[in-house]
Formats: sequence, C-alpha cells, structure tokens
Amino acid sequence: MTTNYEDRDRGRRFNGDEDFDRGRSQGRGGRRMRRRRICRFCIEKVDIIDFKDARFLQNYIPERGKILPRRISGNCAIHQRMLAEAIKRARNIALLPYTTD
Amino acid sequence: METNRQYEVVFIVDPAMEDDEVTRLTDTLKQIAVDQGGTVTKTESLGRRPLAYEILHKTEGNFVLLEIEGSGREIAELERRMRVNDRIIRYITVRVDEDRRRAEKFRAKRARKAEKKPGSQSAANRAAAPAEFPAAEEAEDAA
Repeated sequence: MTTNYEDRDRGRRFNGDEDFDRGRSQGRGGRRMRRRRICRFCIEKVDIIDFKDARFLQNYIPERGKILPRRISGNCAIHQRMLAEAIKRARNIALLPYTTD
Repeated sequence: METNRQYEVVFIVDPAMEDDEVTRLTDTLKQIAVDQGGTVTKTESLGRRPLAYEILHKTEGNFVLLEIEGSGREIAELERRMRVNDRIIRYITVRVDEDRRRAEKFRAKRARKAEKKPGSQSAANRAAAPAEFPAAEEAEDAA
C-alpha cells in the first residue's frame, strides 16, 4: 500500500490540473476553488460492496489501516457509508487489520 | 411477518484441521440450519487465507461461506453452536436480503431512466431547472 496523500497532489499538478493550483493561490479570498468530486462507485454503478473482497477494500485503507476519508476519495455519502460498513465487517473476520503498527 | 430472510455466514476454521474434517464440520452446521427450518442456498469454501491479525495465536485460517435462507431462528442456533465449537475461531453473520432488495430497486430505477431518455444523461437536470441556455448547459455537462 502506498497511498500517500502528498503523492496524489503532486500527481495532479503534473497532470496540468488547473483547479489544483487555483485552490492554493486563491486562499486570500476565503473561498477555495474545489476540484469536482467524482464518486467512483456511482460511475461504475455499484449497488453492493462485498465485505469478503479484501483485495478491493485494500484500496480504501492507507498504511495506518484507517478508512480513507470521503474528502480524499471523493465518494458520495451513500457509497462511503456502504464502504465503511464493508471495511468494518472485513476487519471483524480478520480480512483487514484494525491497526497496523 | 417476513419469513424469508437471507443471511451470509462466514466462519473461520482452525487451519490445523484437515480439509475433509472441515467439510464434515460444514455439513453438520448445514444440517443444524436445515433442522431449524432454514434452507442452505450456497456453500463455498473461500480457502486458506492469512489473518490480518492474530486470533488465538493463529496467523492463518480456513474460510467457509454459507448462504442461508429462513426466519432467523436457525441463525440463532447456528451462532450458538459456532460459539461453543473451539475449532471455529471466528464467525460473522450478515443479513443480506434488505441490501439486495435495495440494489434491485436501484437497478430498476436506472433501467427506467435509460428507457425514458436514451442517450441523454442531463434530462433530469433540465427538467428540474428550466435552462435558458440549454446549449451552454450541455457544454458544461460534457466538460
């Protein structure tokens, strides 16, 4: 797992994302330009997130083993809820860790 | 009263147990569920997997999945038996019929939507707020 938030941001800048730079430079106005949120589950029309699919759920737990917050992943509320539930179930049956030291 | 509930039961068996023993254990559990008036709709061995954390000093486990349909009484009995059995190191029961029904509803809704306006995704948006510049809105959606 190498989900490093800073790396993600750097990636965006390399991709020539204008919104990213604007978000940083317009701090004075108090209003931040935000990147358009895209829920990957909505696009792929996911209705059920399976708690047994540990490989998939791994994508949403960074090094510490925490659940990736919505503000990073851009998930919609409905899908984030489903995802959180699935991760917690997977933790219960030792498919995912509660913590990683 | 709703009598047909669907459950997914996953349990982890001691990895020291032989495969045919595991099958026998699974069969007895299935028999318990049937005796209590349930039906087993699916049995699947998920195989030996590493545990994300140690349980009873074990780092590996044999995962088995059962899908059971019934009133919920058989689940109570099944869980009691699994709790008592010390070869089963962890189990989880999840009720899935409500989620599946909800998923089915979403699918149906999408199908209806697609039928109503094939090829256009912004139909709902336009209906909600009458746009003065429909062309401009379309451009925005495409971006």
